[in-house]
Amino acid sequence: MTLLVVEAVTKRFRGLTAVDAVSFSVEAGEIFAVIGPNGAGKTTLFSLIAGALAPDSGTITLAGEPINGLRPDQIALRGIGRTFQVVRPFPKMTVFDNLMVGSLLRHSATSVARNRADAILERLGLMTQRSKLASELTLPDRKRLEVARALATEPKVLLLDEVMAGLRPTEIDNMVAILRTINAESGTTIVLIEHVMRAVMALAGRVLVLHHGALVAEGRPDEIVRHTEVIRSYLGTEVLG
Amino acid sequence: MNKKRLLPESNGVVENAGAVWLALLAFAVLAIVPLFASRYALSVLILVFYFAYVGQAWNIMMGLAGQLSLGHALYVGLGAYIPALLWLHLEVSPLIGVFAGMGAAMLVAAVIGWLGFRFGIEGVYFALLTIAFSEVARVAVDHIPFAGGSGGLFLPVQAADKASILDLDGGPLLFYYVTLTLAAAATALVAWLTRSRHGYIWRAIREDPQAAEALGINLFAAKMKVILLSAAMTSIAGLVNAFYYRNLFPAQSFDMARSLELIIAPIIGGLGTALGPVIGAFLLTPVGEALIAITRLLGLDAPGTKGVGYGLILLAMIFLKPDGIWPWLVRKFRIRDRP
Repeated sequence: MTLLVVEAVTKRFRGLTAVDAVSFSVEAGEIFAVIGPNGAGKTTLFSLIAGALAPDSGTITLAGEPINGLRPDQIALRGIGRTFQVVRPFPKMTVFDNLMVGSLLRHSATSVARNRADAILERLGLMTQRSKLASELTLPDRKRLEVARALATEPKVLLLDEVMAGLRPTEIDNMVAILRTINAESGTTIVLIEHVMRAVMALAGRVLVLHHGALVAEGRPDEIVRHTEVIRSYLGTEVLG
Repeated sequence: MNKKRLLPESNGVVENAGAVWLALLAFAVLAIVPLFASRYALSVLILVFYFAYVGQAWNIMMGLAGQLSLGHALYVGLGAYIPALLWLHLEVSPLIGVFAGMGAAMLVAAVIGWLGFRFGIEGVYFALLTIAFSEVARVAVDHIPFAGGSGGLFLPVQAADKASILDLDGGPLLFYYVTLTLAAAATALVAWLTRSRHGYIWRAIREDPQAAEALGINLFAAKMKVILLSAAMTSIAGLVNAFYYRNLFPAQSFDMARSLELIIAPIIGGLGTALGPVIGAFLLTPVGEALIAITRLLGLDAPGTKGVGYGLILLAMIFLKPDGIWPWLVRKFRIRDRP
């Protein structure tokens, strides 16, 4: 089943076309990666899907229902959870309370929401940090908290914006394992923006390459790596170079 | 609201049984204080409870949801004038009139909230909007003849044998218990709200509105709820203003100094905490009263002394303990106030 469809979506900022008639679709249960150099329009694309920005043209549908033009909270309610590239925990709230904000979206009874929040803390390995303030966490833990909080809203699609950036290799492997478990156990569809090719190769079933706002390639990770234009526009300059 | 949500185990604060027993003990002690205290001590304690109560009402909006209002005198004023006028002109009991005052306060709050939150007026600009409305009310009441105009409104006292609690006609003892009950109830409400669904939503908005929105929170609806609740609670304080002092002047009721004086206790005590406004009120009010007594004793005519004193205390706090006293105590003595 096709879950998320992005069709000819364009976003301009004055003269600059940040996202240029991009179309793709994501199947339910898939892990889908978006790669591309800095400034390619990846985060803008996420903001369009999550409703933080409205597209100038094009449509976005979730499970057949158009969602473009809706407010971010309405889109979250319909089942899209997102993380922010620069993590945005609620700093003066505990890790547990951060998750409660997410889990209360689906469970208005606080007792149920508490159990859900604890289950996700357990799964993300944040149980030992439960009563700490979010501002007291290390960067890897903040990244995990960001994922955990989005997950607490029980999304159909989880948009992850560079959750591996700034992590050490062992932490990346850990995050990869966590995401794989979430995808396998809950069937959560994951769309991720990622610079860390190690994670992309390990996780994604399909990869989309953006460059100057436009889609330049789409395919399996191994195909993409071989794709010459990709190597020139992205891997050659940013990773290999 | 379903019954399950009210069960104590669903609530992190109530879970802390020790805190509940301490609170009940404090309430019991304060309830028997009038047996020993002098009339003057009672009048100071009434002020303490009054400021703890309005502090809590403002704290819900600023401390929990992060929405700065500098015009809360508006809701106190409406909550004072409307029940007073209903009682004077139509002999409506203030215990009923309070709901009319509450309704008016909520209506005005809805207008302020709609203007501010719909059009994304935030922070200081929102605060300016609240000041503007409060000032407009002051000027308006100044020119309404049946509200006494600038000459003020006076509520006659009945003879002792005719005085009725239904008319809120009574001495300090009556208002001691009225304000104590209000302050205790508001404190319990804030403690409960903090761990309630709405409390989580409001705190998330205070911390980061954009992140909160991405978690499915409707910012406009949540902010409207908090301003309506805060205005409704604040209007009840007006009842004490009107029927305890029994005189009302627009220049006093709606003055900006009134709005500022009610926000100092929660700031000193600790914004967004249940005990902060109470601690703030217990520390500040006696200091303020002492300053007045001292200037009087010295034979000085300096009506601004209390304000200057509060200002200096506020300055010192911002330098020394910017989070407020209660959060500092929590850290220092490792009090468990997190789930």
